[in-house]
Amino acid sequence: MPAKASPVAVAAGIRRQLPWARTVFWLYAATLMLPLLWMFGMSIRPNEDILGSFALIPQRVTFENYQTFFTDPVWYSSYLNSIIYTSMNAVLSLIVALPAAYAFSRFRFAGDRFLFFWLLTNRMAPPAVFLLPFFQIYQSVGLFDTHLGVAIAHMLFNVPLAVWILEGFMSGIPREIDETAAIDGYSLPRFFVRIFLPMIRSGIGVTLFFCFMFSWVELLIARTITSVDAKPIAATMTRTVSAAGVDWGLLAAAGVLTIIPGAIVIWFVRNYVAKGFALGRV
Amino acid sequence: MTGERLNDVSGDVSGEVSTAGAVVAGDRVEPEAPVGAALPRDEPGGQADTKPRNNRAWFLVLPVVVSVAFTAVIPLMTVVNFSVQDIFSPTDRIFVGLDWFRSVSRDPEVRAAFVRTLLFSAQVLLLEIPLGVAIAVSMPRHGLGVPVALVLVALPLLIPWNVVGTIWQIFARGDIGLGGWTINNVLGVNFNYTLDSTDAWITVLIMDVWHWTPLVALLAYAGLRSIPEPYFQAAQIDAASGWATFRHIQLPRLRGVLTIAILLRFMDSFMIYTEPFVVTGGGPGNATSFLSILLSKIAVGQFDLGPAGAFSLLYFLTVQIVSYVFFTVLTRTGR
Repeated sequence: MPAKASPVAVAAGIRRQLPWARTVFWLYAATLMLPLLWMFGMSIRPNEDILGSFALIPQRVTFENYQTFFTDPVWYSSYLNSIIYTSMNAVLSLIVALPAAYAFSRFRFAGDRFLFFWLLTNRMAPPAVFLLPFFQIYQSVGLFDTHLGVAIAHMLFNVPLAVWILEGFMSGIPREIDETAAIDGYSLPRFFVRIFLPMIRSGIGVTLFFCFMFSWVELLIARTITSVDAKPIAATMTRTVSAAGVDWGLLAAAGVLTIIPGAIVIWFVRNYVAKGFALGRV
Repeated sequence: MTGERLNDVSGDVSGEVSTAGAVVAGDRVEPEAPVGAALPRDEPGGQADTKPRNNRAWFLVLPVVVSVAFTAVIPLMTVVNFSVQDIFSPTDRIFVGLDWFRSVSRDPEVRAAFVRTLLFSAQVLLLEIPLGVAIAVSMPRHGLGVPVALVLVALPLLIPWNVVGTIWQIFARGDIGLGGWTINNVLGVNFNYTLDSTDAWITVLIMDVWHWTPLVALLAYAGLRSIPEPYFQAAQIDAASGWATFRHIQLPRLRGVLTIAILLRFMDSFMIYTEPFVVTGGGPGNATSFLSILLSKIAVGQFDLGPAGAFSLLYFLTVQIVSYVFFTVLTRTGR
């Protein structure tokens, strides 16, 4: 019977979800926000109120913590450091991953499956001991405590993921397109930049988001190979313990601010995620 | 690839796919997954063999290999070097062969931590994967709800890991944290994660579910959105139940995204360090002392580089083997 129905009605019928599903989702989203709202609540209270007693609504509201953050160069410069190296990492990871993902999606070559898994294994090294030599390597090539150094170090775990995601998007584009372009006289680089990249722009957006995300939240590597000039915000946040104890308010304010750059990035890629991708591989 | 994905469903809704596709073919544009273009490759054996063999493709992967090897190879050699020596000082060291591997793999503390970590990873996967898929299924599909939902769901992923630990350290406290306070005073259950080992475990587990289920949900949501509408129309014509539609149409199409989700969640949960370190420090007692926490106690706390190196390599190898099994099973099943 639906074959006779208008396409709109069919689509509406298919899209119908159980009515409670949407409600359950928003309840989940609200629960998800609770710890974050609590952190925000802490960031606008004085420390005595945070540790004093339990209160749902802050008794005294203060923006002192945010003020401290934006006036103390240690805080705001490390925030900028994180933004700089994270952006550099996302761009660099994308640039090296694009040709590799194309190779994986279009050709078979000696050791391709092995190589792909080797790339992935670089996400699996337990940091505690592996980090010890990092300091010496980055010191010896002059990349210690530089933004570029952190960006390159983070490529270790972001490049494999970028290759995987991009490869999934590229495999969704039929190879006939490559062949047609070749017949039309496009060279591979020109085809890649002029035709292929625009076709996988959602993939590029999604890849940038994941690279940004994993680089932004990483602490151990970034802390090991920096000291002052490129110190990440997350490392600054481990040093709020003073003689008076932990400065919870300031820590919470910094925590709230660390969410913002990522939230902006996800806002830009929201349509790409909403459009969907399936990422089949191998 | 597209051809094979189509195979997953064509077995179940064969024939109807084309019927339904024809009904609406006029008003659908599907640039990402052109059903028509994929059809010629529909024969078994499909696309994998049609990819041309070309070893010059290595030139394209070279930048990736160089950029990753720069940071990966030397540390690995160094750790191997540590693991076969007894290091007293930088100049005084003796070669001990595989002794450290033997002693580490027989150490009861390491074994206990291994079981604990394995249990934690298993619980993480069993909770987060189904929950993430369920959330993805119930997420809004159109309207203003979509961007709002996406941003809200993504927020926990964007917080530095030590901050996640800090948030939960306070949030779960019985006296001044909303979560702990609610459990103690509203539910009336005595909950204290700094004293009770079960409470500590639950806190770390819930924290991980809170933190990482969004990753599974986002990937699964994107996977669901990539399914062309005709598939659902075919299912509807077939009068397939909601569950059958999910099982035979949605789930097979989620294979790619779920492979990534499962692998990432396994690796990261098996190597979890920062968050439990901040919240519980591995305690109370050894209750949440996962492999990574124990390892960093040996490596950084006691500075026993030999055992720590052997420990790291065994740890590394375990993650690789399990990941390889997951990877192979997930990419081969249903083909």
